[in-house]
Amino acid sequence: MDAVVVEHLTKSYGPTLAVDDVSFRIPTGATIGLLGGNGAGKTTTIAMLLGLLLPTAGRIQVLGHDMATDRFAALARMNFSSPYISLPHRLSVAENLRVYAHLYGVPRTQARIAELADLLDLTTLLDRPAGQLSAGQKTRVALAKSLINRPELLLLDEPTASLDPDTGDFVRSLLERYRAQSGCTILLASHNMAEVERMCSDVVMLRAGRIVDRGAPAELISRYGREDLEQVFLDIARAPTEHVV
Amino acid sequence: MNAAARLSARRIWGLMYRHLALFRRSWPRLLELAYWPTLQMCIWGFTARYLASRGSGTLAIAAGLLLGGVLLWEITLRSQMGFAISFLEELWSRNLGHVFVSPLRPWELVAALIGMAAIRMAAGVLPAILLAWALYGFNLFAAGPVLVLFFANLMLMGWAVALGVVALILRHGAGAEALAWSVLFGLAPLSAIYYPVASLPGWLQPVALLLPSAHVFEGMRALLGPGVIAWRHLAAAAGLNLVWLAAGAALFAAQFRAARRSGALLSIGE
Repeated sequence: MDAVVVEHLTKSYGPTLAVDDVSFRIPTGATIGLLGGNGAGKTTTIAMLLGLLLPTAGRIQVLGHDMATDRFAALARMNFSSPYISLPHRLSVAENLRVYAHLYGVPRTQARIAELADLLDLTTLLDRPAGQLSAGQKTRVALAKSLINRPELLLLDEPTASLDPDTGDFVRSLLERYRAQSGCTILLASHNMAEVERMCSDVVMLRAGRIVDRGAPAELISRYGREDLEQVFLDIARAPTEHVV
Repeated sequence: MNAAARLSARRIWGLMYRHLALFRRSWPRLLELAYWPTLQMCIWGFTARYLASRGSGTLAIAAGLLLGGVLLWEITLRSQMGFAISFLEELWSRNLGHVFVSPLRPWELVAALIGMAAIRMAAGVLPAILLAWALYGFNLFAAGPVLVLFFANLMLMGWAVALGVVALILRHGAGAEALAWSVLFGLAPLSAIYYPVASLPGWLQPVALLLPSAHVFEGMRALLGPGVIAWRHLAAAAGLNLVWLAAGAALFAAQFRAARRSGALLSIGE
């Protein structure tokens, strides 16, 4: 069964098409990369998957729930992390996690927070205000928030942006471990091609709101005759529209 | 309580807990709640005491009406501001994105904001009420149980106006946040806080009587003056509040949907 089904998804703002007839499926338990340059439509697609934005046309089904009619049932079973959305700075890490444990109806809140603190090396930070943390620590707290409800679907918007290589690797390893243990499905939007190559079994390439190619990273690299996904990304981003597959 | 209702109550409490935790960690926020109502009470309390000291019975009654008006208007003002500012706190902390992608329903968000508005109003106005009693011997609670109806009507009006303000912030972003502080001041002249509706120009009186607050203050004058309970005004205030709340809720729902359509929820802090 597919965790996410997107059919003919379109979003227009007046005459501007931000997402243009996009369709894809994410099999349960897979990690799929959503790639594209700035303005390609990644954030708009993720916002529609989260129910933050209403599509102009098309249909989204998440974990068997139609996002147009039953989005709250889906939202309770998924979560989201982005470095561009903050957690309240004055609240401690534990208070922030408690808020989201309540919002997601997490049972045995204290035990779950302790478990996540252990998993993400946050135990000594639980009483610190979120605003006093380093970028790496904030990212780990944001990840703890996104795992609080044991999500079956995790949407990650550049989860390792602005992190040092060590912390970035810690985050990637943790996500891989979580996916392996829980069977969670992950949709990853990232500009870090090495990260996408490492984590994703499949990649959807967006350009100007349209899907221009898709496939496993190795398959795309081979098809474009390149050495890595970054070169494939550049080929696609720089190619005239009519040359794109 | 069934499982769905329990989860709903927990989500509402979750958002309220976030604001209460913020107060625990930020004493200036706590101080700010009581600062303006107390300051208002001091200024108007001394004015009322001066009026009362002039000796005439009419002036003494006017002094009581003045203090009653100041305290009751603060209830509306603090209810409206408490609701709107609690929402703005989410916007200022750039946390709305997380809140809106959680399973929190829009009506639960509104319920949590109402809960916080009630707490903020109580924390702001109760010290002022106690101060009026301690400094000027004005006991608002002497009005008796009917005071609950005055309080309830003024709080409902505050929440209805705040729903409209939050709806505009949803649609127009942080650019509309000044309304959170200013909108009720525009309604104060029509609310007939310190003077009867009859003293307004004839053409303005029907407009004033569309405000629940105008009926509450007419009721307050009837109670603190001749000592009668103006049930007609209280009923009118309650009826109008239902209309105002329904209009506020409809506006909120429409703007929330419009914001989801236009993408305003993605850039609401700008």
